[in-house]
Amino acid sequence: MDKPSFTFDRRKFLKVAGGGLIVAFVSKDFLSFARKSSPQGSPSVPISEVGAWLHIGDDGLVTVYTGKVEVGQNIRTSLSQIVAEELKLPVSSITMIMGDTDLVPYDAGTFGSRTTPQMGTQLRRAAATAREALLEMAAKQWDAPITGVNAENGMIVNSATGQKIGYGALTKGQQILRTISDDVPVIAAKDWKVAGKTVPKVDGRLFISGKHVYTSDMVVPGMLYGKVLRAPSYNAKLIAADISKAKAVPGITVVRDGDFIGVVAPDVLAAGKALQLIDAQWQEESGQPSAANIFDYLVKNASGEDGERGSASTKGNVETGLKESDFQLSQTYHINYIAHVPLEPRAALAEWADGKLTVWTGTQRPFGVQEDLAGVFKLTKEKVRVIVPDTGSGYGGKHSGEAAVEAARLAKVVKKPVKIVWTREEEFTWAYFRPGAVIDVAAGVKNDGTITSWKMVNYNSGTAGLDTQYKTANRQITHLPSKTPLKQGSYRALAATGNVFARESHMTDLARLIKMDPLDFRLKNLDDDRFKTVLQAAAKAFGWNGPKAPGHGYGIAGGFEKGGHIATCAEVLVNEDKEIKVLRVTQAFECGAIVNPHQLENQVTGAIVQGLGGALFEKIDFAAGKILNSSLSAYRVPRFSDTPHIEVVLINRKDLPSAGAGEAGIIGIAPAIRNAILDATGIGLTTMPMIPNGTLTT
Amino acid sequence: MSKKPDPPKESEAILSGSRRDFLKTSSLLSAMALTPAAVIEAAEHQWDEKFADAAEKIPVTLQVNGVSYSVKVEPRMTLLDLLREQLNLTGSKKGCDRGQCGACTVHVNGVRINSCLSLAVCNEGKKVTTIEGLATGDRLHPMQEAFIKHDGFQCGYCTSGQIMSAVALVKEGRTQSREQISEFMSGNICRCGAYSNIVKAIQEVKNNQA
Repeated sequence: MDKPSFTFDRRKFLKVAGGGLIVAFVSKDFLSFARKSSPQGSPSVPISEVGAWLHIGDDGLVTVYTGKVEVGQNIRTSLSQIVAEELKLPVSSITMIMGDTDLVPYDAGTFGSRTTPQMGTQLRRAAATAREALLEMAAKQWDAPITGVNAENGMIVNSATGQKIGYGALTKGQQILRTISDDVPVIAAKDWKVAGKTVPKVDGRLFISGKHVYTSDMVVPGMLYGKVLRAPSYNAKLIAADISKAKAVPGITVVRDGDFIGVVAPDVLAAGKALQLIDAQWQEESGQPSAANIFDYLVKNASGEDGERGSASTKGNVETGLKESDFQLSQTYHINYIAHVPLEPRAALAEWADGKLTVWTGTQRPFGVQEDLAGVFKLTKEKVRVIVPDTGSGYGGKHSGEAAVEAARLAKVVKKPVKIVWTREEEFTWAYFRPGAVIDVAAGVKNDGTITSWKMVNYNSGTAGLDTQYKTANRQITHLPSKTPLKQGSYRALAATGNVFARESHMTDLARLIKMDPLDFRLKNLDDDRFKTVLQAAAKAFGWNGPKAPGHGYGIAGGFEKGGHIATCAEVLVNEDKEIKVLRVTQAFECGAIVNPHQLENQVTGAIVQGLGGALFEKIDFAAGKILNSSLSAYRVPRFSDTPHIEVVLINRKDLPSAGAGEAGIIGIAPAIRNAILDATGIGLTTMPMIPNGTLTT
Repeated sequence: MSKKPDPPKESEAILSGSRRDFLKTSSLLSAMALTPAAVIEAAEHQWDEKFADAAEKIPVTLQVNGVSYSVKVEPRMTLLDLLREQLNLTGSKKGCDRGQCGACTVHVNGVRINSCLSLAVCNEGKKVTTIEGLATGDRLHPMQEAFIKHDGFQCGYCTSGQIMSAVALVKEGRTQSREQISEFMSGNICRCGAYSNIVKAIQEVKNNQA
């Protein structure tokens, strides 16, 4: 076990930790480097190298500090389980401090299904290191062999004498710092007693009683309410504004700074009224593309080169491969822009005190927002504190800190705390979208089911899920970035939502060309055992080979993304009016060792439901720089009545490390439904969403 | 070049019902009894921007979670804003402010409504129950227990509205089948997609009552 001296900001560290045992996660690479460069053999660890830490106070309470945030994915519970497991404690003994830049070590953000594999692993090792340290300390105190002491339910027990001492009592009055090495023994998944079990959400009671305070619910003494004047369309320039009427209202402050105009008022109604009193003139940009011509626009404006380094994947020669094939199939798939629609819109509360800015806001990147704020206000990062209360969801849509910057701007002028909560319309218009895409796929297949050639080009949306997961001797895979008329960004599973739709649609179409069962065709072309396993599990639970009534169709699709392996089967009914109803969905999911089965199932089911929207009807409509469906009546998201019967089959691979589960669950549903519609009607749809008006139109 | 953002499209206005239209039509009728004549005149003449400034705040007495409140509110203030901003009951959420998401669902005289579509002044003398008033002391309502047991939520932002709607649904007797539950819960969006678990929670509460 490494015992370097910590040179990072001890004041910050001790302020949060006080006495007791502190264990910090430091990357192995850094430690080996530091050891070499430190002649005393006592490496110093700058705070930038610390990924997470946990603290056992002399009261025995365990506090974990992590930069990850809770947006509904339930990591407050699952990370607690991981720590509790290693420390032999009940989950209720663990307190998680999350997403507070003053208290937690730097973290890039909560995205990419990284929390469980990365932070979970760090915290598991931190907790195991703490346990080992406690064992060492107790053995020393009792002059017992290390093998003669055990950790049990918050106590170290001397197995020879039966002596017991609590964790807190062991560390009392001391300041002990440890770092973690990779070789600390951790408990194998097969022996888990706390992790691996269904544990209800640790603070669930707060949510079901309305007591949890989201950013949008917060009130602090002296707080005022802000609103920001929005442009009538994207890229519009403010050319004149008469703010005198708004300014004349008692209690109202109007803040103007270039194109930014905001108002501050004693209550939210007054802020809205003040905004209406501003007479602004805008120069709007003409010639902006619309939803009607977006796909041509994306192709025309694509750069000729492969976008992201390493995104191109080439093997063999696709032209040669096509010549070897018995059947060829080229198709273009179209993926519309969609919105995340987190039910809690963007919100922020900003407060300036003694030159320091504190902002509470719902973001997936607290340290990114801290950096943004430091940049805007020309402050050092230490002068900006970002705190993320558990937030009303994100789905990749809250990487940014727009509301935080706006609230801070207004609060700075009025010298009082200011809260901004975006309206639903603002959230639809001024956040960012999952990118739209055009995806070309050209493939060749032999009569025996061998894929001889696979060429796939993604215009604009990205590389996630782009590379084929099936065997082929010849492939050429490219992502071409384009100009986007709408602000675009991260989304649950990113571009994989579109890329897997295209690939899995194409796979089923190829299977039909050679009259092979789509499941058999996939299995024939797979080497990946984990992918094969979920395909077979989903098909079995679904009854893939079972009979179906007229008008009914079955579809299958799958893939793996960010460590999660999924396969989805769907049954649809297409009636005489060509209305489509998704009747049932069976999804098999495998992400290594399961930390919390019921919460995992909840997450996977949620991904299916969210995926239904993008598959069937979600689509951002826009023209001339305006969003035309910026309300929940015009932009349809899945509701109770849209939800099919869903069966989730979880495969628990205790022999494999746990991977994240927030994203992969969304990628199979759209192509599974598409392939089921094809099965029922012979019509292969190529655009997401597939049935924006509820009926099949060709 | 335009001076202000375009007004909503006609279809949009009909579907979503802007506050202005809303005030001018249905709710105004029920609010008339307790609205000063000047306000009604202002509304009739469509002076809505101006009248709110000129209007007096209106006194309202209502019961929320068994507690009687006498407050003064602007005529255009919604019940949701009254609860959240003036009574500090933030359990009811504002997900859309247009009656399209259900996150603000409360009970008024035992009936579920979207509190963002009800003007505060229309609730004179009424009994309002919010999520904060559902438990009895430390004893949770069975629906709250069932939501925890069945993981009927993820981020929790819609949960207050879901639970209030679900409690009313059981009372309405619209829990005969999964399909019926789904149809009559469809005003409540759960963007995290916990619908299946919410249905299970509702079915359990219904079955335990039977």
